[in-house]
Amino acid sequence: MSLFTFAKTEFHNLFSRPVTEQYPQKPKQFKERTRGHIENNIDLCILCGMCARKCPSNAITVNRAERTWEIRPFSCVQCGSCVENCPKKCLSMCQSYTRPGPEQTARLLRKPQPAAKPQPAAKPKFSAAPAPVGKSAS
Amino acid sequence: MSTRSVVPFGPHHPVLPEPIHLDLVLEDEKVVDVIPSIGFIHRGLEKLVEKRDFRDFVYVAERMCGICSFMHGMSYCEAVEHIMGVELPPRAKYLRTIWCELSRLHSHLLWLGLLADAFGFESLFMQCWRLREKILDMFEASTGGRLIFSVNKIGGQRRDMDNAMLHGFVEKLGGLEEDLKGITSTFLANSAVNSRLKGVGYMTKKMAQEYGVAGPFMRASGIARDTRKLGYDAYGDLNFEPITSTEGDCYARTQVRVRELFQSIDLIRQAVAKIPEGPVAVPIRGFPKGEYMVRVEQPRGEAIYYVKANGTKFLDRFRVRTPTFANVPAMIELMKGCRLSEIPMLILTIDPCVSCIER
Repeated sequence: MSLFTFAKTEFHNLFSRPVTEQYPQKPKQFKERTRGHIENNIDLCILCGMCARKCPSNAITVNRAERTWEIRPFSCVQCGSCVENCPKKCLSMCQSYTRPGPEQTARLLRKPQPAAKPQPAAKPKFSAAPAPVGKSAS
Repeated sequence: MSTRSVVPFGPHHPVLPEPIHLDLVLEDEKVVDVIPSIGFIHRGLEKLVEKRDFRDFVYVAERMCGICSFMHGMSYCEAVEHIMGVELPPRAKYLRTIWCELSRLHSHLLWLGLLADAFGFESLFMQCWRLREKILDMFEASTGGRLIFSVNKIGGQRRDMDNAMLHGFVEKLGGLEEDLKGITSTFLANSAVNSRLKGVGYMTKKMAQEYGVAGPFMRASGIARDTRKLGYDAYGDLNFEPITSTEGDCYARTQVRVRELFQSIDLIRQAVAKIPEGPVAVPIRGFPKGEYMVRVEQPRGEAIYYVKANGTKFLDRFRVRTPTFANVPAMIELMKGCRLSEIPMLILTIDPCVSCIER
């Protein structure tokens, strides 16, 4: 049994910098694969609702009638199930964690209405059909 | 005749890693009886299996506990894979083994820190957790999450670790091994630490067998049983023996877990040397029908997972028997007759994971 087994570590710690990261003054460095929060490219989204069905914590709500996609970041567990199952690959997992806040605000994205499709030109309204070619007017 | 008093211990207590309530019946300094209460962290996760698609339930299963999370998700996947008759590619098995052993490393380091905190040695607690941060960095680099990995899916793994990453990890573990030798010598050789651990909570081999305890708690009393020897995943290809001790007190359990730390580093080295190339997942079709039981070696002991499926996308039953649940009755018995100051040591000596007991 010894008495000074921890002395070397203690001595080393007395004269070295603290290991604690000075967060939030020094922003956090995320790794490449860090699962932080979900982003949706709403222009590519087709509002199929697959992400909402697959979410294990029911954090995503898709409303086709109102063309909205909403996520509650504080319910999201960053599993990545929605990203994997999205047919259009519009969802992506980003590295930074959801920022803390005083309320659990949701993030709502609204898909703009599609531009009106060009209509074919209206048929001109004539009272009589044009005279057929070849028939002489006698 | 001294009077008896009942001291409520927990569920909130600085020394407890997770909420459990013990009513300690004291006669002066001696504990005469212990009445436990559990249920503070019951979330009904086993019932939730009836309401989540079996492919999505992996994310719920791995959130049963933060420390044992990888093996919960992995064992659930293994049970469903067996029911569906899915054969895993060998690379997936090796990846699971490597992540399992890294989980064991991080869990034992966490426990060593909590043990040091329990007898008041906070600097040692911080040093253990500083070393654990290096493993958590490895987890974040390979899976994206520090404690909850979400890399298991039915049919294999969602992510791969390429050989460059694996060799980088083995190098880092080499450096960690040197640091660990310094820290663990404090646990095993320091006279102040030894006076708190030696002779406390002595459990005979017979008592361990009668109470059906699991894990290092059991192996420290001389029973050489390790569920990894069943050969699931890649453990059949790796070379190791269960680590036991014959002394059966808190010091022996600390010794067993410390030796398991070094054994895990060795197992990871072996697995990285032998890992084959290939795909990491196979696609699955259809729904499972049948039942299966999986036994794995969690850091705390043997855990048993039972899955029953009925051919639809919701499973019928998912039952987990975690090692801490098997260890709690023996812990209660060991507490009778000890001093009040030994209670934290005895609680921590089983490495309690109360989230696992009460999913």
